[in-house]
Amino acid sequence: MELIVKNLDLSFVSGGSEAHALRGIDFSVKEGEIHSLVGESGSGKTVTSTAIMRLLLSPPARINSGEIILDGINTLKMQEKEHRKIRGKKIAMIFQEPSKYLNPTLKIGKQITESLILHLGMDKKEAVLRALAILETVGLGGGKRVLNSYPHELSGGMKQRAMIAIAISCNPDFLIADEPTTALDVTLQLQILELILSLKEKLSMGILFISHDLRVVHDISDRISVIYAGKIVEGTSKNELFSNPLHPYTQLLLKSIPDAEKRGTRLTTIPGKVPDAENIPTGCAFHPRCPKAQDICREKEPEMKEYIKGHFSACHFSQGEGF
Amino acid sequence: MEFILFLLRRFTRLLLTILIISTIIFFVIRVIPGDPALVVAGIDASDEEIQAIRVKLGTDAPVAVQYINWMKDMVKLDFGKSLTSNQPVLKIIRQRFSLTFTLAILGILLGVIIAIPLGVLSAVHRWSLWDYFGMVFSQLGMAVPSFWLGIILLLIFSVKFPIFPLFGSDSLKNLVLPAIALGFARAAVILRLTRASMVDELSKEYIITARAKGLTEKMIHYRHALKNALIPVVTVTGIQFGYMLGGAIIIEQVFSLPGLGRLFLYAIYQRDFPLIQGGVVFIAIIFSLTNFIVDIFYSILNPKIRLS
Repeated sequence: MELIVKNLDLSFVSGGSEAHALRGIDFSVKEGEIHSLVGESGSGKTVTSTAIMRLLLSPPARINSGEIILDGINTLKMQEKEHRKIRGKKIAMIFQEPSKYLNPTLKIGKQITESLILHLGMDKKEAVLRALAILETVGLGGGKRVLNSYPHELSGGMKQRAMIAIAISCNPDFLIADEPTTALDVTLQLQILELILSLKEKLSMGILFISHDLRVVHDISDRISVIYAGKIVEGTSKNELFSNPLHPYTQLLLKSIPDAEKRGTRLTTIPGKVPDAENIPTGCAFHPRCPKAQDICREKEPEMKEYIKGHFSACHFSQGEGF
Repeated sequence: MEFILFLLRRFTRLLLTILIISTIIFFVIRVIPGDPALVVAGIDASDEEIQAIRVKLGTDAPVAVQYINWMKDMVKLDFGKSLTSNQPVLKIIRQRFSLTFTLAILGILLGVIIAIPLGVLSAVHRWSLWDYFGMVFSQLGMAVPSFWLGIILLLIFSVKFPIFPLFGSDSLKNLVLPAIALGFARAAVILRLTRASMVDELSKEYIITARAKGLTEKMIHYRHALKNALIPVVTVTGIQFGYMLGGAIIIEQVFSLPGLGRLFLYAIYQRDFPLIQGGVVFIAIIFSLTNFIVDIFYSILNPKIRLS
């Protein structure tokens, strides 16, 4: 089973202006792997994930072209009614701030069981039993007490576990985790990451992990795609990406990770910022910030090519074994 | 257990509020210039007569003593005797209260039954026909004075088309028109608030979670958003109910209903001080009680409240 996003092109249109948020996104998530989507704020990570889940309001969102293929079926062709049946059942999502994304006036138990009742047709009793088992899976001890709690009665880490419990309740094939640890403090981050890793093993889910934090991504991913200005610029396995980054953007990102060995030296930063989706530069979108930029970068958009087996990059100057 | 503690806390607060209110009323009445005894006695009264009335009203004693007596009476719910009918104030109020109360309940029910569904529909189908209808409805409700609406309703539905009786107060049929006149403006306020609150809730993040779960729009609206959206609506409805008891004074006049409103109006005309005092305290107590009940509803809807 595979989740494939093919050439996804999406704009936000409002009034007369058009923001070209995604300019042909390509990647895939296989069963039992964690594929990370890494990029700066505004690069299109969250738009990609919410487009897959069909959570964007349309208008203003407009899909120009592309396919989102789940289990061999292009979900973009589905009617809303059909698509609703796969959301939460085959593909689920967890979000950055669990305290905002949980309903404040519904008990955790109800928030878990309603998907079970809806998608799996369980009765209330079965659903509660299953919910208790799921709480165990996500490491939320306390069983019935947690089911009867309101979100505000749980700590931040517990809330994120509850959010995960809701997402995995119907045993989905794919899970999208949109910066699930960003709002948590460091010790909790680690626990949640370990939980996500263990879920991948136990449930053999495919996980699309969205993050801006390369260190987090390093700890958790099997494969990584780097996204810039609404386009994937490099994609390969984790080890390959960290040892042999081909795209200048990735190289700079890796250099700007602060670590203990660089103590005392100045932090490397990438000058400039991600371009507005309304004003994407010509040629390679990264050229205004790229130290290697030449004339060709301003004129021609580089194609995504496989330079080394399984290692794709979209840069005129990437070099490899000539795949 | 947590809930019982919450109730106890709120009940203590209710008693305290009533205590403070009655204290304020006591002093307000004494601060207002003019000796009630003089007003009651009239221009031609002799000093002895005035003194006799002071004794009767209890205003001859020092203020501190008067205050203690007042508080003692409050605890016993004894508001004294009416000067005009010589009957205990509480008894008179009780006789009239049921009519006003029924009227207010009918009015608020009517308001809620129309306003909440219409508000939800307006929010869910924004800029639809429903929404425009709701907008016109609430604009009218806020612009049209209730006494005028009452007169128009009477003219149409009692005079021109005699569906409802013009006079009387013995059947529920007599209360339909006054309840509409009273409830219309309230419905307008509740409708606007329901719509705004529902729109606000529908834009919150937990709605995205609900969509991501694959819930139907109906489930999202009614199971997830509505409960949260109703929290402010319940509060305001409670306050509106309190206002309604006041608004009833005018409407009862229009429809010649012998309710509390007419009683108090009459008491003011007659300078019946014990009745006026008793009436003000009574309304204040009803207002506080309404708030108390609203608080309970509120805490059922919003689990966070019980903790604070």
